[in-house]
Amino acid sequence: MSTSQTTANGEAILSIRDLNFYYGDFRGLTNVSLDIAKSQVTAFIGPSGCGKSTLLRTFNRMYDLYPGQRAEGQINFHGKNLLDKKQDVNLVRAKIGMVFQKPTPFPMTIYENIAFGVRLYEKLSSSDMDERVEWALRKAAIWEETKNKLQQSGLSLSGGQQQRLCIARTIAVKPEIVLLDEPTSALDPISTAKIEELINELKNEYTIAIVTHNMQQAARISDFTAFMYLGELIEFGNTDKLFVKPTQKQTEDYITGRFG
Amino acid sequence: MNLYSRRILINRIGIALSMIAMAFGLAALMWILWTLFYNGFNALSWDFFTQDTPAPGSEGGGLRNAIVGSLMIIGVTTLVSTPIGILAGIYLAEYGTTSKFAATTRFVTDIMLSAPSIVVGLFVYALVVATLGGFSGWAGSLALSLIAIPVVVRTTENMLLLVPTALREAAFAVGAPRWQVSLKVTLRAVKAGVVTGILLAIARVMGETAPLLFTALNNQFFSTDMSQPMGNLPVVIFQFAMSPYDNWVSLAWGGALLIALIVLAINIIARVLFRNKVSA
Repeated sequence: MSTSQTTANGEAILSIRDLNFYYGDFRGLTNVSLDIAKSQVTAFIGPSGCGKSTLLRTFNRMYDLYPGQRAEGQINFHGKNLLDKKQDVNLVRAKIGMVFQKPTPFPMTIYENIAFGVRLYEKLSSSDMDERVEWALRKAAIWEETKNKLQQSGLSLSGGQQQRLCIARTIAVKPEIVLLDEPTSALDPISTAKIEELINELKNEYTIAIVTHNMQQAARISDFTAFMYLGELIEFGNTDKLFVKPTQKQTEDYITGRFG
Repeated sequence: MNLYSRRILINRIGIALSMIAMAFGLAALMWILWTLFYNGFNALSWDFFTQDTPAPGSEGGGLRNAIVGSLMIIGVTTLVSTPIGILAGIYLAEYGTTSKFAATTRFVTDIMLSAPSIVVGLFVYALVVATLGGFSGWAGSLALSLIAIPVVVRTTENMLLLVPTALREAAFAVGAPRWQVSLKVTLRAVKAGVVTGILLAIARVMGETAPLLFTALNNQFFSTDMSQPMGNLPVVIFQFAMSPYDNWVSLAWGGALLIALIVLAINIIARVLFRNKVSA
Protein backbone atom coordinates (compact mmCIF):
# COMPACT_ATOMS: atom_id res chain seq x y z
CA MET A 1 0.00 0.00 0.00
CA SER A 2 2.84 2.38 -0.66
CA THR A 3 1.59 4.93 -3.12
CA SER A 4 -1.97 4.01 -3.80
CA GLN A 5 -4.53 6.67 -3.19
CA THR A 6 -7.19 5.84 -0.67
CA THR A 7 -9.62 8.64 -1.29
CA ALA A 8 -11.48 8.87 -4.52
CA ASN A 9 -13.00 12.08 -5.77
CA GLY A 10 -16.54 12.63 -4.59
CA GLU A 11 -18.30 11.12 -1.64
CA ALA A 12 -17.17 7.82 -0.18
CA ILE A 13 -19.97 5.45 0.82
CA LEU A 14 -17.72 2.76 2.27
CA SER A 15 -14.37 3.55 3.77
CA ILE A 16 -12.17 0.61 4.60
CA ARG A 17 -9.34 1.19 7.02
CA ASP A 18 -6.58 -1.21 8.04
CA LEU A 19 -8.62 -4.27 7.22
CA ASN A 20 -7.06 -7.63 8.04
CA PHE A 21 -8.78 -10.90 7.33
CA TYR A 22 -8.02 -14.35 8.65
CA TYR A 23 -9.01 -17.84 7.54
CA GLY A 24 -8.15 -19.51 10.81
CA ASP A 25 -4.42 -18.81 11.10
CA PHE A 26 -3.94 -17.84 7.49
CA ARG A 27 -4.02 -14.14 6.79
CA GLY A 28 -6.06 -13.49 3.65
CA LEU A 29 -5.96 -9.69 3.65
CA THR A 30 -3.24 -7.42 4.98
CA ASN A 31 -3.86 -3.80 5.99
CA VAL A 32 -6.24 -2.93 3.22
CA SER A 33 -7.47 0.68 3.16
CA LEU A 34 -9.55 2.27 0.44
CA ASP A 35 -12.72 4.23 -0.22
CA ILE A 36 -15.59 3.05 -2.37
CA ALA A 37 -17.04 6.11 -4.12
CA LYS A 38 -20.78 6.63 -4.11
CA SER A 39 -22.64 6.01 -7.39
CA GLN A 40 -19.50 4.81 -9.11
CA VAL A 41 -18.26 1.42 -10.25
CA THR A 42 -15.23 0.14 -8.44
CA ALA A 43 -13.53 -2.93 -9.89
CA PHE A 44 -11.22 -5.34 -8.08
CA ILE A 45 -8.71 -7.21 -10.20
CA GLY A 46 -5.77 -9.47 -9.50
CA PRO A 47 -4.65 -13.06 -9.94
CA SER A 48 -6.53 -15.99 -8.37
CA GLY A 49 -6.19 -16.12 -4.62
CA CYS A 50 -5.18 -12.45 -4.30
CA GLY A 51 -8.00 -11.73 -1.87
CA LYS A 52 -10.35 -9.72 -4.08
CA SER A 53 -13.37 -11.96 -3.40
CA THR A 54 -12.40 -12.16 0.25
CA LEU A 55 -12.44 -8.37 0.42
CA LEU A 56 -15.83 -8.16 -1.28
CA ARG A 57 -17.25 -10.73 1.14
CA THR A 58 -16.26 -8.59 4.13
CA PHE A 59 -18.48 -5.74 2.88
CA ASN A 60 -21.67 -7.72 3.60
CA ARG A 61 -20.18 -9.90 6.33
CA MET A 62 -20.73 -13.02 4.25
CA TYR A 63 -17.73 -14.57 6.00
CA ASP A 64 -19.80 -14.59 9.21
CA LEU A 65 -21.42 -17.82 8.06
CA TYR A 66 -18.17 -19.66 8.52
CA PRO A 67 -16.66 -20.17 11.95
CA GLY A 68 -12.94 -19.63 11.81
CA GLN A 69 -13.10 -16.69 9.44
CA ARG A 70 -12.74 -13.24 10.97
CA ALA A 71 -12.03 -9.67 10.00
CA GLU A 72 -10.31 -6.92 11.95
CA GLY A 73 -10.21 -3.22 11.22
CA GLN A 74 -12.86 -0.85 10.00
CA ILE A 75 -15.41 -0.77 7.24
CA ASN A 76 -17.31 2.46 7.77
CA PHE A 77 -20.79 2.76 6.32
CA HIS A 78 -22.89 5.78 7.33
CA GLY A 79 -20.64 6.44 10.28
CA LYS A 80 -20.81 2.91 11.68
CA ASN A 81 -18.25 0.15 11.58
CA LEU A 82 -19.82 -2.81 9.79
CA LEU A 83 -17.43 -5.18 11.51
CA ASP A 84 -18.87 -4.22 14.89
CA LYS A 85 -20.21 -7.28 16.68
CA LYS A 86 -23.42 -5.43 17.57
CA GLN A 87 -24.19 -4.66 13.95
CA ASP A 88 -27.36 -6.38 12.67
CA VAL A 89 -25.86 -8.54 9.93
CA ASN A 90 -29.15 -9.17 8.11
CA LEU A 91 -29.80 -5.43 7.90
CA VAL A 92 -26.31 -4.88 6.50
CA ARG A 93 -27.01 -7.48 3.82
CA ALA A 94 -30.30 -5.82 2.89
CA LYS A 95 -28.43 -2.53 2.40
CA ILE A 96 -25.44 -4.08 0.67
CA GLY A 97 -26.67 -6.67 -1.83
CA MET A 98 -24.59 -9.33 -3.53
CA VAL A 99 -24.67 -11.24 -6.81
CA PHE A 100 -22.58 -14.35 -7.15
CA GLN A 101 -20.45 -16.00 -9.79
CA LYS A 102 -22.91 -18.74 -10.64
CA PRO A 103 -26.55 -17.77 -11.10
CA THR A 104 -28.41 -18.86 -7.97
CA PRO A 105 -32.16 -18.53 -8.51
CA PHE A 106 -34.14 -19.68 -5.50
CA PRO A 107 -36.21 -22.85 -6.03
CA MET A 108 -39.45 -20.90 -6.48
CA THR A 109 -41.32 -18.94 -9.13
CA ILE A 110 -39.76 -15.94 -10.87
CA TYR A 111 -42.22 -13.69 -9.03
CA GLU A 112 -41.38 -15.26 -5.66
CA ASN A 113 -37.65 -14.97 -6.35
CA ILE A 114 -38.07 -11.20 -6.33
CA ALA A 115 -40.72 -10.98 -3.62
CA PHE A 116 -38.79 -13.16 -1.15
CA GLY A 117 -36.23 -10.51 -0.25
CA VAL A 118 -38.73 -7.63 -0.35
CA ARG A 119 -41.06 -9.35 2.13
CA LEU A 120 -38.28 -9.64 4.67
CA TYR A 121 -38.19 -5.92 5.32
CA GLU A 122 -41.35 -4.40 3.85
CA LYS A 123 -45.04 -5.16 4.18
CA LEU A 124 -46.49 -4.41 0.77
CA SER A 125 -50.04 -4.86 -0.48
CA SER A 126 -50.26 -7.36 -3.29
CA SER A 127 -50.64 -4.62 -5.93
CA ASP A 128 -47.62 -2.76 -4.53
CA MET A 129 -45.69 -6.01 -4.58
CA ASP A 130 -46.68 -6.61 -8.21
CA GLU A 131 -45.38 -3.15 -9.01
CA ARG A 132 -42.14 -3.73 -7.15
CA VAL A 133 -41.54 -7.03 -8.93
CA GLU A 134 -42.13 -5.40 -12.31
CA TRP A 135 -39.92 -2.45 -11.37
CA ALA A 136 -37.05 -4.72 -10.34
CA LEU A 137 -37.35 -6.93 -13.40
CA ARG A 138 -37.43 -3.86 -15.67
CA LYS A 139 -34.37 -2.42 -13.93
CA ALA A 140 -32.52 -5.66 -14.53
CA ALA A 141 -33.62 -5.63 -18.19
CA ILE A 142 -35.39 -8.97 -17.97
CA TRP A 143 -39.04 -7.86 -17.77
CA GLU A 144 -39.79 -8.43 -21.44
CA GLU A 145 -38.51 -12.00 -21.25
CA THR A 146 -40.33 -12.91 -18.06
CA LYS A 147 -43.56 -10.88 -17.94
CA ASN A 148 -45.64 -13.76 -19.33
CA LYS A 149 -44.16 -16.44 -17.11
CA LEU A 150 -43.85 -14.91 -13.68
CA GLN A 151 -45.40 -18.01 -12.14
CA GLN A 152 -42.85 -20.36 -13.70
CA SER A 153 -39.82 -21.61 -11.80
CA GLY A 154 -36.78 -19.35 -11.79
CA LEU A 155 -34.78 -22.43 -12.75
CA SER A 156 -36.55 -22.57 -16.13
CA LEU A 157 -34.61 -19.52 -17.38
CA SER A 158 -31.32 -19.66 -19.28
CA GLY A 159 -28.05 -18.99 -17.43
CA GLY A 160 -27.80 -15.38 -18.53
CA GLN A 161 -31.44 -14.74 -17.71
CA GLN A 162 -30.99 -16.38 -14.32
CA GLN A 163 -28.12 -14.01 -13.57
CA ARG A 164 -30.24 -10.98 -14.49
CA LEU A 165 -33.00 -12.42 -12.30
CA CYS A 166 -30.47 -12.55 -9.46
CA ILE A 167 -29.56 -8.91 -10.10
CA ALA A 168 -33.27 -8.01 -10.13
CA ARG A 169 -33.73 -9.86 -6.85
CA THR A 170 -30.86 -7.90 -5.31
CA ILE A 171 -32.14 -4.53 -6.56
CA ALA A 172 -35.70 -5.27 -5.44
CA VAL A 173 -34.63 -4.96 -1.81
CA LYS A 174 -33.42 -1.40 -2.67
CA PRO A 175 -29.86 -1.68 -1.43
CA GLU A 176 -27.40 1.19 -1.54
CA ILE A 177 -24.47 -0.88 -2.69
CA VAL A 178 -24.46 -3.86 -5.04
CA LEU A 179 -21.54 -6.27 -4.79
CA LEU A 180 -20.87 -8.37 -7.88
CA ASP A 181 -18.55 -11.35 -7.42
CA GLU A 182 -17.41 -12.31 -10.94
CA PRO A 183 -20.98 -12.03 -12.17
CA THR A 184 -20.22 -12.91 -15.80
CA SER A 185 -17.54 -15.59 -15.51
CA ALA A 186 -20.10 -18.39 -15.97
CA LEU A 187 -21.89 -16.68 -18.87
CA ASP A 188 -21.56 -16.56 -22.65
CA PRO A 189 -20.36 -13.34 -24.39
CA ILE A 190 -23.84 -12.10 -25.31
CA SER A 191 -25.17 -12.50 -21.77
CA THR A 192 -21.97 -10.89 -20.51
CA ALA A 193 -22.52 -7.86 -22.75
CA LYS A 194 -26.07 -7.52 -21.44
CA ILE A 195 -24.92 -7.63 -17.83
CA GLU A 196 -22.20 -5.06 -18.50
CA GLU A 197 -24.76 -2.76 -20.12
CA LEU A 198 -26.93 -3.25 -17.08
CA ILE A 199 -24.11 -2.35 -14.69
CA ASN A 200 -23.60 0.84 -16.65
CA GLU A 201 -27.24 1.82 -16.21
CA LEU A 202 -27.43 0.84 -12.56
CA LYS A 203 -24.48 2.91 -11.44
CA ASN A 204 -26.50 6.13 -11.48
CA GLU A 205 -28.57 4.89 -8.57
CA TYR A 206 -26.37 2.33 -6.88
CA THR A 207 -22.81 2.06 -5.85
CA ILE A 208 -21.27 -0.96 -7.48
CA ALA A 209 -18.27 -3.00 -6.44
CA ILE A 210 -17.30 -5.75 -8.84
CA VAL A 211 -14.70 -8.48 -8.67
CA THR A 212 -13.60 -9.65 -12.08
CA HIS A 213 -10.99 -11.90 -13.61
CA ASN A 214 -11.37 -10.09 -16.87
CA MET A 215 -9.21 -6.98 -17.13
CA GLN A 216 -10.93 -5.75 -20.27
CA GLN A 217 -14.20 -5.92 -18.38
CA ALA A 218 -12.78 -3.85 -15.54
CA ALA A 219 -11.48 -1.32 -18.04
CA ARG A 220 -14.82 -1.16 -19.86
CA ILE A 221 -17.19 -0.74 -16.98
CA SER A 222 -15.44 0.69 -13.95
CA ASP A 223 -14.60 4.20 -12.80
CA PHE A 224 -12.07 3.07 -10.24
CA THR A 225 -9.92 -0.02 -10.20
CA ALA A 226 -8.11 -1.71 -7.35
CA PHE A 227 -5.31 -4.14 -8.11
CA MET A 228 -4.65 -6.71 -5.44
CA TYR A 229 -1.90 -9.23 -5.01
CA LEU A 230 -1.25 -11.76 -2.22
CA GLY A 231 -3.83 -10.21 0.08
CA GLU A 232 -2.54 -6.66 -0.30
CA LEU A 233 -3.94 -3.69 -2.14
CA ILE A 234 -1.12 -2.82 -4.53
CA GLU A 235 -2.65 0.05 -6.44
CA PHE A 236 -5.95 1.88 -6.46
CA GLY A 237 -7.05 4.75 -8.63
CA ASN A 238 -8.97 6.00 -11.64
CA THR A 239 -9.48 3.15 -14.04
CA ASP A 240 -8.18 5.14 -17.01
CA LYS A 241 -5.06 6.10 -15.17
CA LEU A 242 -4.40 2.67 -13.68
CA PHE A 243 -4.61 0.90 -17.00
CA VAL A 244 -2.72 3.51 -19.01
CA LYS A 245 -0.11 4.63 -16.55
CA PRO A 246 0.18 2.36 -13.53
CA THR A 247 2.56 3.58 -10.85
CA GLN A 248 3.49 0.16 -9.51
CA LYS A 249 5.69 -2.33 -11.29
CA GLN A 250 3.45 -5.27 -10.20
CA THR A 251 0.34 -3.61 -11.58
CA GLU A 252 2.05 -2.99 -14.88
CA ASP A 253 3.27 -6.59 -15.08
CA TYR A 254 -0.21 -7.89 -14.37
CA ILE A 255 -2.15 -5.72 -16.79
CA THR A 256 0.36 -6.30 -19.57
CA GLY A 257 -0.01 -10.03 -19.01
CA ARG A 258 3.44 -10.78 -17.70
CA PHE A 259 2.02 -12.77 -14.80
CA GLY A 260 -1.33 -13.69 -13.32
CA MET B 1 -0.39 -66.84 -23.39
CA ASN B 2 0.47 -63.23 -24.05
CA LEU B 3 -0.44 -60.31 -21.83
CA TYR B 4 -3.40 -59.21 -23.92
CA SER B 5 -5.21 -62.55 -24.03
CA ARG B 6 -4.58 -63.01 -20.34
CA ARG B 7 -6.31 -59.73 -19.63
CA ILE B 8 -9.26 -60.80 -21.75
CA LEU B 9 -9.50 -64.07 -19.84
CA ILE B 10 -9.34 -62.36 -16.43
CA ASN B 11 -11.96 -59.92 -17.62
CA ARG B 12 -14.29 -62.75 -18.60
CA ILE B 13 -13.78 -64.58 -15.32
CA GLY B 14 -14.56 -61.36 -13.48
CA ILE B 15 -17.73 -60.79 -15.44
CA ALA B 16 -18.80 -64.41 -14.99
CA LEU B 17 -18.29 -64.27 -11.22
CA SER B 18 -20.28 -61.07 -10.83
CA MET B 19 -23.06 -62.45 -13.04
CA ILE B 20 -23.29 -65.54 -10.84
CA ALA B 21 -23.39 -63.40 -7.70
CA MET B 22 -26.09 -61.23 -9.23
CA ALA B 23 -28.12 -64.25 -10.36
CA PHE B 24 -27.91 -65.65 -6.84
CA GLY B 25 -29.27 -62.48 -5.25
CA LEU B 26 -31.89 -61.99 -7.90
CA ALA B 27 -33.02 -65.62 -7.71
CA ALA B 28 -33.59 -65.35 -3.96
CA LEU B 29 -35.64 -62.21 -4.46
CA MET B 30 -37.66 -63.72 -7.30
CA TRP B 31 -38.27 -66.86 -5.28
CA ILE B 32 -39.64 -64.80 -2.39
CA LEU B 33 -41.87 -62.76 -4.69
CA TRP B 34 -43.06 -65.87 -6.52
CA THR B 35 -43.94 -67.65 -3.27
CA LEU B 36 -45.76 -64.56 -2.05
CA PHE B 37 -47.79 -64.26 -5.22
CA TYR B 38 -48.43 -67.99 -5.50
CA ASN B 39 -49.75 -68.32 -1.95
CA GLY B 40 -51.14 -64.86 -1.43
CA PHE B 41 -52.82 -63.98 -4.68
CA ASN B 42 -55.81 -66.25 -4.14
CA ALA B 43 -56.49 -64.66 -0.78
CA LEU B 44 -56.91 -61.22 -2.31
CA SER B 45 -60.64 -60.93 -2.85
CA TRP B 46 -63.44 -58.52 -2.05
CA ASP B 47 -63.91 -60.24 1.33
CA PHE B 48 -60.21 -59.80 2.08
CA PHE B 49 -60.72 -56.03 2.26
CA THR B 50 -64.27 -55.89 3.66
CA GLN B 51 -64.41 -58.58 6.34
CA ASP B 52 -62.66 -58.74 9.66
CA THR B 53 -60.30 -61.42 10.88
CA PRO B 54 -62.27 -64.64 11.44
CA ALA B 55 -62.65 -66.36 14.79
CA PRO B 56 -60.87 -69.71 15.21
CA GLY B 57 -62.66 -72.41 13.27
CA SER B 58 -65.00 -70.14 11.32
CA GLU B 59 -64.94 -69.93 7.56
CA GLY B 60 -63.80 -67.10 5.28
CA GLY B 61 -63.01 -63.73 6.77
CA GLY B 62 -60.71 -60.90 5.71
CA LEU B 63 -58.17 -58.46 7.08
CA ARG B 64 -60.22 -55.23 7.14
CA ASN B 65 -59.50 -54.51 10.83
CA ALA B 66 -55.78 -55.19 10.38
CA ILE B 67 -55.50 -53.09 7.22
CA VAL B 68 -57.32 -50.11 8.76
CA GLY B 69 -55.36 -50.50 11.99
CA SER B 70 -52.04 -50.60 10.17
CA LEU B 71 -52.96 -47.54 8.10
CA MET B 72 -53.95 -45.59 11.22
CA ILE B 73 -50.87 -46.56 13.21
CA ILE B 74 -48.59 -45.74 10.29
CA GLY B 75 -50.53 -42.55 9.54
CA VAL B 76 -49.96 -41.27 13.06
CA THR B 77 -46.33 -42.40 12.87
CA THR B 78 -45.89 -40.34 9.70
CA LEU B 79 -47.55 -37.27 11.22
CA VAL B 80 -45.32 -37.50 14.28
CA SER B 81 -42.00 -38.39 12.70
CA THR B 82 -42.13 -36.08 9.67
CA PRO B 83 -42.00 -32.72 11.48
CA ILE B 84 -39.64 -33.95 14.20
CA GLY B 85 -37.34 -35.59 11.68
CA ILE B 86 -37.27 -32.64 9.29
CA LEU B 87 -36.70 -30.05 12.01
CA ALA B 88 -33.93 -32.11 13.59
CA GLY B 89 -32.37 -32.60 10.14
CA ILE B 90 -32.46 -28.84 9.55
CA TYR B 91 -30.82 -28.27 12.90
CA LEU B 92 -28.00 -30.69 12.10
CA ALA B 93 -27.34 -29.34 8.61
CA GLU B 94 -27.98 -25.61 8.99
CA TYR B 95 -27.41 -24.69 12.61
CA GLY B 96 -25.27 -27.23 14.36
CA THR B 97 -22.50 -27.90 11.87
CA THR B 98 -19.87 -27.50 14.57
CA SER B 99 -21.65 -27.76 17.91
CA LYS B 100 -21.09 -30.59 20.37
CA PHE B 101 -24.82 -31.02 20.84
CA ALA B 102 -25.26 -31.63 17.11
CA ALA B 103 -22.37 -34.09 17.00
CA THR B 104 -23.97 -36.04 19.85
CA THR B 105 -27.38 -35.98 18.18
CA ARG B 106 -25.81 -37.26 14.96
CA PHE B 107 -24.11 -40.09 16.83
CA VAL B 108 -27.27 -41.12 18.69
CA THR B 109 -29.29 -40.95 15.46
CA ASP B 110 -26.82 -43.30 13.81
CA ILE B 111 -27.16 -45.77 16.67
CA MET B 112 -30.95 -45.52 16.51
CA LEU B 113 -30.79 -46.26 12.79
CA SER B 114 -29.28 -49.65 13.44
CA ALA B 115 -30.99 -50.40 16.77
CA PRO B 116 -32.84 -53.75 16.70
CA SER B 117 -36.54 -52.97 16.49
CA ILE B 118 -37.36 -55.43 19.26
CA VAL B 119 -35.36 -53.26 21.63
CA VAL B 120 -37.45 -50.26 20.65
CA GLY B 121 -40.62 -52.28 21.21
CA LEU B 122 -39.46 -53.44 24.61
CA PHE B 123 -38.53 -49.87 25.55
CA VAL B 124 -41.99 -48.53 24.69
CA TYR B 125 -43.59 -51.51 26.45
CA ALA B 126 -41.71 -50.77 29.65
CA LEU B 127 -42.15 -47.01 29.42
CA VAL B 128 -45.73 -46.66 28.18
CA VAL B 129 -47.64 -49.92 28.02
CA ALA B 130 -46.67 -51.23 31.44
CA THR B 131 -47.05 -47.90 33.22
CA LEU B 132 -50.10 -46.40 31.51
CA GLY B 133 -52.15 -49.54 31.64
CA GLY B 134 -52.33 -51.48 28.48
CA PHE B 135 -51.64 -52.05 24.85
CA SER B 136 -52.80 -49.35 22.45
CA GLY B 137 -52.52 -48.03 18.93
CA TRP B 138 -50.82 -44.90 20.31
CA ALA B 139 -48.06 -47.01 21.86
CA GLY B 140 -47.62 -48.75 18.50
CA SER B 141 -47.28 -45.42 16.72
CA LEU B 142 -44.77 -44.24 19.31
CA ALA B 143 -42.61 -47.33 18.82
CA LEU B 144 -42.72 -47.01 15.02
CA SER B 145 -41.97 -43.27 15.26
CA LEU B 146 -38.80 -44.02 17.21
CA ILE B 147 -37.72 -46.18 14.28
CA ALA B 148 -38.83 -43.75 11.56
CA ILE B 149 -37.48 -40.48 13.02
CA PRO B 150 -33.75 -41.30 12.65
CA VAL B 151 -34.33 -42.25 8.99
CA VAL B 152 -36.01 -38.90 8.29
CA VAL B 153 -33.37 -36.97 10.27
CA ARG B 154 -30.45 -38.43 8.39
CA THR B 155 -31.98 -38.16 4.90
CA THR B 156 -33.03 -34.55 5.56
CA GLU B 157 -29.57 -33.67 6.82
CA ASN B 158 -27.80 -35.40 3.95
CA MET B 159 -30.07 -33.76 1.38
CA LEU B 160 -29.53 -30.29 2.88
CA LEU B 161 -25.77 -30.81 2.83
CA LEU B 162 -26.06 -31.31 -0.95
CA VAL B 163 -27.42 -27.77 -1.40
CA PRO B 164 -24.73 -25.70 -3.14
CA THR B 165 -23.08 -23.18 -0.82
CA ALA B 166 -23.79 -20.47 -3.38
CA LEU B 167 -27.55 -20.90 -3.05
CA ARG B 168 -27.40 -20.69 0.73
CA GLU B 169 -25.17 -17.62 0.58
CA ALA B 170 -27.46 -16.01 -1.99
CA ALA B 171 -30.40 -16.34 0.37
CA PHE B 172 -28.38 -14.80 3.19
CA ALA B 173 -27.24 -12.07 0.80
CA VAL B 174 -30.73 -10.57 0.48
CA GLY B 175 -30.79 -10.22 4.24
CA ALA B 176 -32.78 -13.31 5.19
CA PRO B 177 -32.42 -14.66 8.72
CA ARG B 178 -31.24 -18.23 9.05
CA TRP B 179 -34.65 -19.78 9.74
CA GLN B 180 -36.06 -18.27 6.55
CA VAL B 181 -33.03 -19.41 4.56
CA SER B 182 -33.51 -22.95 5.88
CA LEU B 183 -37.27 -23.29 5.56
CA LYS B 184 -37.94 -21.25 2.43
CA VAL B 185 -34.86 -21.76 0.31
CA THR B 186 -32.64 -24.72 1.13
CA LEU B 187 -35.37 -27.09 2.32
CA ARG B 188 -37.43 -26.22 -0.73
CA ALA B 189 -34.46 -26.91 -2.96
CA VAL B 190 -34.28 -30.50 -1.72
CA LYS B 191 -38.01 -31.08 -1.25
CA ALA B 192 -38.08 -34.18 -3.46
CA GLY B 193 -35.17 -35.75 -1.59
CA VAL B 194 -36.75 -35.11 1.79
CA VAL B 195 -40.10 -36.55 0.65
CA THR B 196 -38.19 -39.59 -0.59
CA GLY B 197 -36.68 -39.98 2.87
CA ILE B 198 -40.12 -39.87 4.47
CA LEU B 199 -41.44 -42.47 2.03
CA LEU B 200 -38.50 -44.77 2.73
CA ALA B 201 -39.09 -44.36 6.46
CA ILE B 202 -42.74 -45.37 5.96
CA ALA B 203 -41.65 -48.36 3.89
CA ARG B 204 -39.24 -49.31 6.65
CA VAL B 205 -41.86 -49.32 9.43
CA MET B 206 -44.58 -50.86 7.23
CA GLY B 207 -43.42 -54.40 7.91
CA GLU B 208 -42.05 -53.94 11.44
CA THR B 209 -43.56 -56.64 13.64
CA ALA B 210 -41.53 -56.78 16.83
CA PRO B 211 -42.32 -53.24 18.07
CA LEU B 212 -46.05 -53.77 17.50
CA LEU B 213 -46.15 -57.10 19.35
CA PHE B 214 -45.28 -55.25 22.55
CA THR B 215 -47.36 -52.18 21.97
CA ALA B 216 -50.41 -52.23 19.70
CA LEU B 217 -50.72 -55.99 20.19
CA ASN B 218 -53.69 -57.05 18.07
CA ASN B 219 -57.45 -56.81 17.98
CA GLN B 220 -59.67 -59.33 16.25
CA PHE B 221 -62.48 -56.78 15.99
CA PHE B 222 -62.71 -53.69 13.87
CA SER B 223 -61.64 -50.66 15.92
CA THR B 224 -60.56 -47.13 15.19
CA ASP B 225 -59.88 -46.31 18.82
CA MET B 226 -56.18 -45.63 19.08
CA SER B 227 -56.24 -45.97 22.86
CA GLN B 228 -57.21 -49.64 22.60
CA PRO B 229 -55.25 -52.63 21.29
CA MET B 230 -55.34 -52.40 17.54
CA GLY B 231 -55.30 -54.91 14.72
CA ASN B 232 -52.38 -54.56 12.33
CA LEU B 233 -51.00 -56.50 9.39
CA PRO B 234 -47.60 -57.66 10.69
CA VAL B 235 -48.90 -59.11 13.95
CA VAL B 236 -51.89 -60.76 12.22
CA ILE B 237 -49.50 -62.34 9.73
CA PHE B 238 -47.34 -63.53 12.59
CA GLN B 239 -50.27 -65.15 14.40
CA PHE B 240 -52.16 -66.52 11.40
CA ALA B 241 -49.19 -67.97 9.53
CA MET B 242 -48.45 -70.36 12.38
CA SER B 243 -52.07 -71.35 13.00
CA PRO B 244 -53.61 -74.75 12.08
CA TYR B 245 -56.53 -73.18 10.15
CA ASP B 246 -56.23 -73.10 6.37
CA ASN B 247 -58.19 -69.86 5.94
CA TRP B 248 -55.94 -68.12 8.50
CA VAL B 249 -52.77 -69.26 6.75
CA SER B 250 -54.15 -68.11 3.43
CA LEU B 251 -55.05 -64.71 4.92
CA ALA B 252 -51.51 -64.42 6.33
CA TRP B 253 -50.08 -64.95 2.84
CA GLY B 254 -52.48 -62.38 1.46
CA GLY B 255 -51.43 -59.88 4.12
CA ALA B 256 -47.77 -60.51 3.41
CA LEU B 257 -48.35 -59.95 -0.30
CA LEU B 258 -50.26 -56.75 0.44
CA ILE B 259 -47.40 -55.35 2.55
CA ALA B 260 -44.87 -56.33 -0.11
CA LEU B 261 -46.92 -54.58 -2.79
CA ILE B 262 -47.32 -51.41 -0.70
CA VAL B 263 -43.59 -51.29 0.07
CA LEU B 264 -42.84 -51.88 -3.61
CA ALA B 265 -45.19 -49.05 -4.61
CA ILE B 266 -43.64 -46.68 -2.07
CA ASN B 267 -40.15 -47.50 -3.33
CA ILE B 268 -41.16 -46.90 -6.93
CA ILE B 269 -42.75 -43.54 -6.04
CA ALA B 270 -39.63 -42.58 -4.08
CA ARG B 271 -37.40 -43.48 -7.03
CA VAL B 272 -39.47 -41.51 -9.51
CA LEU B 273 -39.51 -38.48 -7.19
CA PHE B 274 -35.80 -38.66 -6.65
CA ARG B 275 -35.05 -38.99 -10.35
CA ASN B 276 -37.11 -35.88 -11.08
CA LYS B 277 -35.15 -34.06 -8.42
CA VAL B 278 -31.83 -35.00 -9.99
CA SER B 279 -32.88 -34.01 -13.50
CA ALA B 280 -34.15 -30.64 -12.29
